[in-house]
Amino acid sequence: MSTPVAADVIVVGGGIMGAATAFFLRQRGVKVVLLERGLVGQQASGTNFGNVRRQGRFLPQVPLANRSRGIWGRLNELLGEDAEFIATGHVRVCFRDEEVGGLEAHAAAVREYGLDLEILSGNALRDRFPFLAPGAVAGSFSPLDGHANPRLAAPAFGRAALRAGATVVENADVVGIEKTGDDFLVETVGAGSYRAPVVQISAGVWGGVLSARFGEPVPIVARGPQMGVTEPMPYRITPVVGVYSSVPEEGIYFRQVKRGNIVWGGGWRGPALPDIQRAYVDPMNTLRQLPMLRRVAPALGALRTIRTWSGIEGYLPDDIPIMGPSGKVPGLFYAFGFCGHGFQLGPGVGDVMAELIATGTTSTPIAPFSITRFATP
Amino acid sequence: MADRTVLIVGAGPAGTRAAERVAAAGLRPVVVDEAAANGGQIYRRQPAGFRRPAQTLYGFESGKAVAVHGAFAALGDRIDYRPLTLVWHLWESEAHLLTGTTASRQQYDALILATGATDRIMPLPGWTLPGVFSLGAAQIALKAQGCAIGSRVVLLGTGPLLPLVAYQYARAGATVAAVLDTSTLGAAIRALPALAARPGMLAKGLYYTAWLLKAGIPFHRGITPTAIEGTDGVAAIRYRTADGIERQVACDAIGLGYGLRSETQLADLARCDFAFDAVARQWLPATDADGRTSTPGVYLAGDGARILGADAAEIAGKLAACAALQDLGIAVPDAEMAAYRAALAPMDRFRVGLDTAYPWPAHFAAGLPDTAVVCRCECITAGDIRDVAREKGAPEVNRAKAFSRLGMGRCQGRMCGAAGAEVLADALGVRLEEVGRLRGQGPVKPLPLATGIAP
Ligand SMILES: Cc1cc2nc3c(=O)[nH]c(=O)nc-3n(C[C@H](O)[C@H](O)[C@H](O)COP(=O)(O)OP(=O)(O)OC[C@H]3O[C@@H](n4cnc5c(N)ncnc54)[C@H](O)[C@@H]3O)c2cc1C
Ligand SMILES: Cc1cc2nc3c(=O)[nH]c(=O)nc-3n(C[C@H](O)[C@H](O)[C@H](O)COP(=O)(O)OP(=O)(O)OC[C@H]3O[C@@H](n4cnc5c(N)ncnc54)[C@H](O)[C@@H]3O)c2cc1C
Repeated sequence: MSTPVAADVIVVGGGIMGAATAFFLRQRGVKVVLLERGLVGQQASGTNFGNVRRQGRFLPQVPLANRSRGIWGRLNELLGEDAEFIATGHVRVCFRDEEVGGLEAHAAAVREYGLDLEILSGNALRDRFPFLAPGAVAGSFSPLDGHANPRLAAPAFGRAALRAGATVVENADVVGIEKTGDDFLVETVGAGSYRAPVVQISAGVWGGVLSARFGEPVPIVARGPQMGVTEPMPYRITPVVGVYSSVPEEGIYFRQVKRGNIVWGGGWRGPALPDIQRAYVDPMNTLRQLPMLRRVAPALGALRTIRTWSGIEGYLPDDIPIMGPSGKVPGLFYAFGFCGHGFQLGPGVGDVMAELIATGTTSTPIAPFSITRFATP
Repeated sequence: MADRTVLIVGAGPAGTRAAERVAAAGLRPVVVDEAAANGGQIYRRQPAGFRRPAQTLYGFESGKAVAVHGAFAALGDRIDYRPLTLVWHLWESEAHLLTGTTASRQQYDALILATGATDRIMPLPGWTLPGVFSLGAAQIALKAQGCAIGSRVVLLGTGPLLPLVAYQYARAGATVAAVLDTSTLGAAIRALPALAARPGMLAKGLYYTAWLLKAGIPFHRGITPTAIEGTDGVAAIRYRTADGIERQVACDAIGLGYGLRSETQLADLARCDFAFDAVARQWLPATDADGRTSTPGVYLAGDGARILGADAAEIAGKLAACAALQDLGIAVPDAEMAAYRAALAPMDRFRVGLDTAYPWPAHFAAGLPDTAVVCRCECITAGDIRDVAREKGAPEVNRAKAFSRLGMGRCQGRMCGAAGAEVLADALGVRLEEVGRLRGQGPVKPLPLATGIAP
């Protein structure tokens, strides 16, 4: 066996979390190796819906989302590449009178965290967003949220990390991590071995396999949100649109990209097979999504779907991620299991994890996400 | 046994014969075809009310066309035929069907995919101008609608369809300004021994060419097309002769095609294994000699498996049906299957011959200017593909797609995939097979958002 490559930090998994962490570690001058089993950003980070949304989040997560939103706004400058982030605004609409209260309560709650939402109802809502169906009762508009291109964002972080001096190794499947003395020894298939005093596990849904090896198993499950996209039509729908409903199946969301296509997701989740790294769209889910889309914006009924797809996401029972230091092993950090809403958080997670690793503390609270919440006594 | 459902997708020569064989075993197969009538591509029917005789429509093939149409008609109620119905997805032994804007499902115990082929396109500057059609589309216009694609037509590319369509156009009274063939006479001669596997086919090919020459239609071989000229539509084609002389032919329409490519998306959705086929330069679903794929219960027949032509499609349809029946536990005579296999053997030699005679001009990909559009749905140029290869390090086609949108439009790579892969492989300096294949996703063809689920 050849001598392991030495670094300050080894990041396992090159989704948006790992790639952004590597990038921000380089910004702090840390010597970092990023190990990715396939290609950077190929899994959840490259297949997601592209929502850069803060409203509707778990409240204690809003500071992190705010920090991330700040980075999205200067991403092109930071990375020297365009990930197509646009602050189009995000509107959550509801179709039942009894749901309006929920939107209002959320708006009041997030205001405490510095996120200002505008509640619109009835005609005012439809005047602002004329594509909405007459049945839309009220909407909550978050003007500074928006969307970005998931196929570009994580790879752009990876390339920027590389340009900034990180060692980025693709096709490096991490099969062994062991702590011997002060250092972790990380073994890959096909890409040699690495040694560092600090390891971050940001391996998406696969993070659970690795945390279990350190005695910290988590009840993570894999599922595939179901996506679809239409043929292009003239660019008319600016904001990202989501439905706020007590019925999960009604929870459709969509956005139009400047090219003109309408991308959507929501409602049902499909099977995801982490072992073969594939997730599929059940065609019944697509068929059930179509009336939900027409319900929100009837004009969409004139379009055609050209493609459906899914991606593998890791979900935890409390719908919030695992983030922060290991509860058991010094030098070990986690950032995985982002429960379907990690794309928006990615840049912020990278920045916070780099801060945590480099300084031992973070200016943004992440305590609710600690892996220790799943520790068995 | 009679309750087992065999689902056949495609009512061309392969699907027709498969249905006939399954019905002969006492089962009532479901036959689904998105077209309005049976017949498939070669034996495509004209719309109701059109009255051209078979001889006019199908020429030398009229006998076979009448036979295939007749066989289908004779099946009558012994099959459950669903025209104008697209199979848009496959999921857990159910086919997802779309008729108009109504979606329904069909369970199957065996699935025979006889989905045929489409034109194989190598782009060139100007190919997205109005007035440029694929060669097959030019033929469909004539065969189905009785109209030509223009009043001064150039047919460009290579393959057996090229002289055939030219002949059909000229016979129908259209002005064929030129036939421009990128393959050489030398290649045709080298291919003779293999083509001799099917002397009748060879003779027909020679006949069309001779007829065109006799009719005084300019027929140039070994040419390299450089660009299609025009502003609002096609005005001319520029090309280099075999001797390197720049030429130009004025025309208002162009039929363009370089042989065919198998329609394999359903096999992909059925999660069949694919293997790179060096002759077709396409990733094709792997099958055994009888058409069994790696997915139990899923079979392939006809041009959708590999491009062997209509006669082979009929045999392959029967053979795949026999394999399916056998696997369902229904006795099939060994001798019958052996006879089909033996009949298919020369067809495969002929296929190699055709590819030698009419090679796909893979090398044109390297010569495409950066500004040439490759993916016409998304307006992705050769330069865009080279860029993601070199600047962003896309090592294979799905990554190139993710970065550039190549193959992300309405056609989902069915038109641009072959050429896009060649451009990428050239830019990376690797062999074509190393850039892989575009992964298929539903729907196979665009699905209206107005679609509702059948009650
Ligand atoms: C279809 C879909 C739609 C979504 N929509 C949105 C949305 O609109 N907005 C939003 O905010 N979020 C959305 N999400 C969630 C978001 O995409 C994820 O939370 C986020 O991308 C997670 O990033 P990650 O880096 O943790 O995981 P991943 O992107 O999955 O990256 C993990 C990486 O680790 C690698 N890896 C795993 N094991 C190993 C190993 N042993 N060795 C080496 N490498 C390994 C994997 O190959 C992978 O590349 C969506 C998710 C999906 C699937
Ligand atoms: C445009 C064109 C013109 C051709 N002209 C000639 C010619 O003149 N002479 C010649 O020798 N060969 C010709 N060929 C080649 C010829 O098509 C084949 O040799 C022969 O038709 C193959 O028969 P098949 O049964 O395999 O497929 P096809 O005849 O192509 O039949 C396939 C059928 O499947 C249906 N289908 C495909 N996908 C789906 C789906 N997802 N859902 C529902 N239905 C589906 C199609 O509508 C079609 O009817 C042509 C090919 C093309 C593409």
